[in-house]
Formats: sequence, C-alpha cells, structure tokens
Amino acid sequence: MNANQISEAIEGIKKKILLHLKTEAVEPSKLALVGIRRRGEIIAGRLSSLLQPHLGFKPPVGALDITMYRDDPMRSPLTIPLGTEMNFRLDDRPVILVDDVLFTGRSVRAALDAMVDFGRPQFIRLAVLVERAGREYPIAADFIGRNTEVDRNSLIRVHLRPLDHQDGVFIEPDKKGKGGQR
Amino acid sequence: MTEARYHWNRPHLLTLEELSADDIAALLDTARALKEVSTRSIKKVPALRGKVVVNLFFEDSTRTRTSFRLAAQRLSADVVDFAVSTSSVSKGESLADTARNIEAMGVDAMVIRHRSSGTPELLSRLVSCSVINAGDGSHEHPTQGLLDVFTIQESLQKTDRRISDIHCAIVGDIIHSRVARSNLWALTKLGAKVTLVGPSTMCPRSLEKLGVSVSHNLDEVLPHVDVINMLRVQFERLTSAAFPSLREYHHLFGLTEARLACCRPDVLVLHPGPMNRGLEITSAVADGPRAAILRQVTNGLAVRMAVLYLCVGAAATRG
Repeated sequence: MNANQISEAIEGIKKKILLHLKTEAVEPSKLALVGIRRRGEIIAGRLSSLLQPHLGFKPPVGALDITMYRDDPMRSPLTIPLGTEMNFRLDDRPVILVDDVLFTGRSVRAALDAMVDFGRPQFIRLAVLVERAGREYPIAADFIGRNTEVDRNSLIRVHLRPLDHQDGVFIEPDKKGKGGQR
Repeated sequence: MTEARYHWNRPHLLTLEELSADDIAALLDTARALKEVSTRSIKKVPALRGKVVVNLFFEDSTRTRTSFRLAAQRLSADVVDFAVSTSSVSKGESLADTARNIEAMGVDAMVIRHRSSGTPELLSRLVSCSVINAGDGSHEHPTQGLLDVFTIQESLQKTDRRISDIHCAIVGDIIHSRVARSNLWALTKLGAKVTLVGPSTMCPRSLEKLGVSVSHNLDEVLPHVDVINMLRVQFERLTSAAFPSLREYHHLFGLTEARLACCRPDVLVLHPGPMNRGLEITSAVADGPRAAILRQVTNGLAVRMAVLYLCVGAAATRG
C-alpha cells in the first residue's frame, strides 16, 4: 500500500465508524480513540482529525503501551516500554481501539487488559489498518482498512509519518516472525 | 522497525560503574514509561505477575526498602521483606547459607543492602536469581544515582538542554558516600560535568583521577553549577573526627538561603535523604522552590520499577 491507499483506507475506517455510531444510535459526544503505540496511536490521531468535522469536536486520543500487559512480557529481547499516555478516563465512553495490523490478536488482548485499568467503557470496538489471517485468540476487528492475504511467515511492515520517512505498507516474505507481528 | 538495536541483557544491577551509557539510558527510558503507572487510580501492571522479590536488608532503611517493595508490587510481583534482626543471621548463619536458603524457596530477585562494599557482587555469584544492589557500604547505591539523574533529566524536559550540558556539584562527605559514587558514574557516563565539594578530609584531591573536579570551597563552585546534590552527613559512618564541629561544617558547606541566592536562578537542589536539617541544608532551602527532594522520592519508585522489570526480565529470558 502506498501513502494514498493508506489515506483512503483510514478514510474508509472513518466512514464505517460514523455509520456504526448512527446505526447503533450511539451518543457520540463521549467518543474516544485509543491507539496501541506506536503506529496505532498515529492512525488514531489521524482518525480523530478526520472525525472532527463530522462530530463537531475532536475525539480525545489515548496512546496505549501494552508492553507490561503482554502474555509473554519476559520474552527475549526485552522490550523497553514507551509509556502510556491516557489523559482521560474511559468510564462510560464508546471507545475505538486502533492498531496498525491485526494478526494473532495477542496485542489486542493485551490492550483490552490495559484499557480496563483506565475505567469501564460503554463498549470497545476495534479498528485496524491492515487485517490478515492468523488469529490465535478469539478476536475480530469491527472496522478494517484493508484485508491482505499473505503467507503465514511473511512480515507486514507499516510505515507512518512522522515516525517513519513516508507512509507505506510493505510485505516481507518468509521472515520467521513467529507471531511477532502486532 | 526503525528503533536502534539496543538490548538490555543484565540480570543484576550491582554498580553503575559497570554500565554503559546505553544501559543507563535504557533504565531511564523505562523509568519514564513506568512513572505513569503510579498516577493511575489502579496503580499496577501485570509485567512481573508470579515473580517473587525478596528484600534482604542487612542495614537500616525505611524509604529505600519501602520504595523497592512498592515498585515490585506495582509490577504485580510478590514481595517478601526479610527482617535481618529476627532472622537466622542473628543466630550466626552465613550470607551464603541465608541466600541459598531463600533462593531454594523459588525467588526471582534479591534486593540487598549491606554495610560491606561488594556484598551484592558476592551474592550474585552465589545465587542464580537477579541481584539488585540497594546500597553496599561506601561503594555504590545504584538506584539512588539513577533516580537523581532521572530527576535532573525531568527538570530539563521543557528546555533544550541534556544531561551532557549540565554541571553538577556533589557536596559533603564524598569518600564515605555510596550516593556520591553512583551519582558520579551515572553523570559522567552521560557526559555531565561533575565537581565534588567538601572538606579535604572527606573530599581529597585524589578523587580527581575519576575524571571529575574537586573543590574545598563551596562558595566558589555554586555560581557555576546547574545542580547541587547535598549529601547527608553520615554520623554512623564517621569513624574519626573528620571535621572539627558541626557548626563549622554548616558554616562552610551547609546550603543556606544566602548561598542559594548566589546560584543560578534555575538551580536544582537534590538531597538523598534523610536530611540533617540545619546541618548540610537549611529547612528554608529544603522546603523551598528549588528543591526537588520529594520528586526524587517519587522518581525513585519509577526507577526501581524499571530496574526490577529489566533485571528480572533479563534473568527470565536468559534461558
């Protein structure tokens, strides 16, 4: 995926979120976005800006570091945590959890655990830029930017500004990722 | 990923002298990330769930022991405080026997404080779990050095300055001070300029071989520094009359409001505690706006969480 396709995919997620809020008759004034660090946080930030003109306000964005909540926190090499930045409580809010790639579902599981420590949301929905097969936990995305069919051992790399030089999604074939992909 | 290929792989924290600048940066980064946990209404993350941390304090300590205990608990580890006075150590059991017995109960980390320098290093060769130095004699107090640097770094957050731009004075009984030694290593490894200040009996010129400046005149140093770390006069470690009187010490080396007025307006005042108010520091300074003494205590918790997470993690992944 190139930068334009990524923009279109995020635009598509935005439309699906707005439709969902409408059909589910959700009061959007307490809507919040939570991105898994680091690229989920960037996508959540972009979604928030895209949603602003439709909602009349900019939904707050939290950045979740799931390092301390992984089901394998003691794996090698040890991850240096980035820290969570959540300047609002999640109590009674409709919350969209955002990540770059949905693969095994383990990151999302960790994120759900982490989010519960910040309150009891009205509900949590999951938005991902790229979805691929390979779930190891019973987790499904509600809003998907793009489905891809790749070999199990391939690695999907998402690059997003400003963290990376340019936006792009790349597939690296046959890397022994061993579930390392988030 | 664009991140650097640095990996923490140390199961023990024995000294700051043996760490690289990258190791220290990793510890400080981890502490920065974990500090937020203590601001939540649920002050706990599950990273060390099912791990056991033993506090092995052979020397009095309230805040360091409590800080390590809380740090371990905030990472969801189980914590055991090993009270030395009521233990078999007072029945003559050796350190090796005590340590191996505790380890046999299934322990993942031992946090040790001991009056003899080098005890944590010795312990790390006796047991296979993580060993963390919480202060050994007049050798090192690594987590204090880290939390002091962390506090300095935090004070620079809204500026474009880094630790390497900082000039720090460490004032007091340098030769008896493990806090001074750990601070010295952390600061110099990160590129800071350090001046040690104290009476010649406590701060000999020979310390210059460690790559720092030495001065016996506090008033000459104060206008030039960004950070003043005031050490506690340790009556329990003074074996001879190293200075003639407390009044003279206060007169020459005590941090008073008058002295603070000669410092840069944004100077940061640190003290490892517990303070001898009116001796090395006056209450007006200690409780004043330049002092970061309580922030040091808060940061100590984050630093100890970082140390436990990284060391226990490295021990667990050692395979």
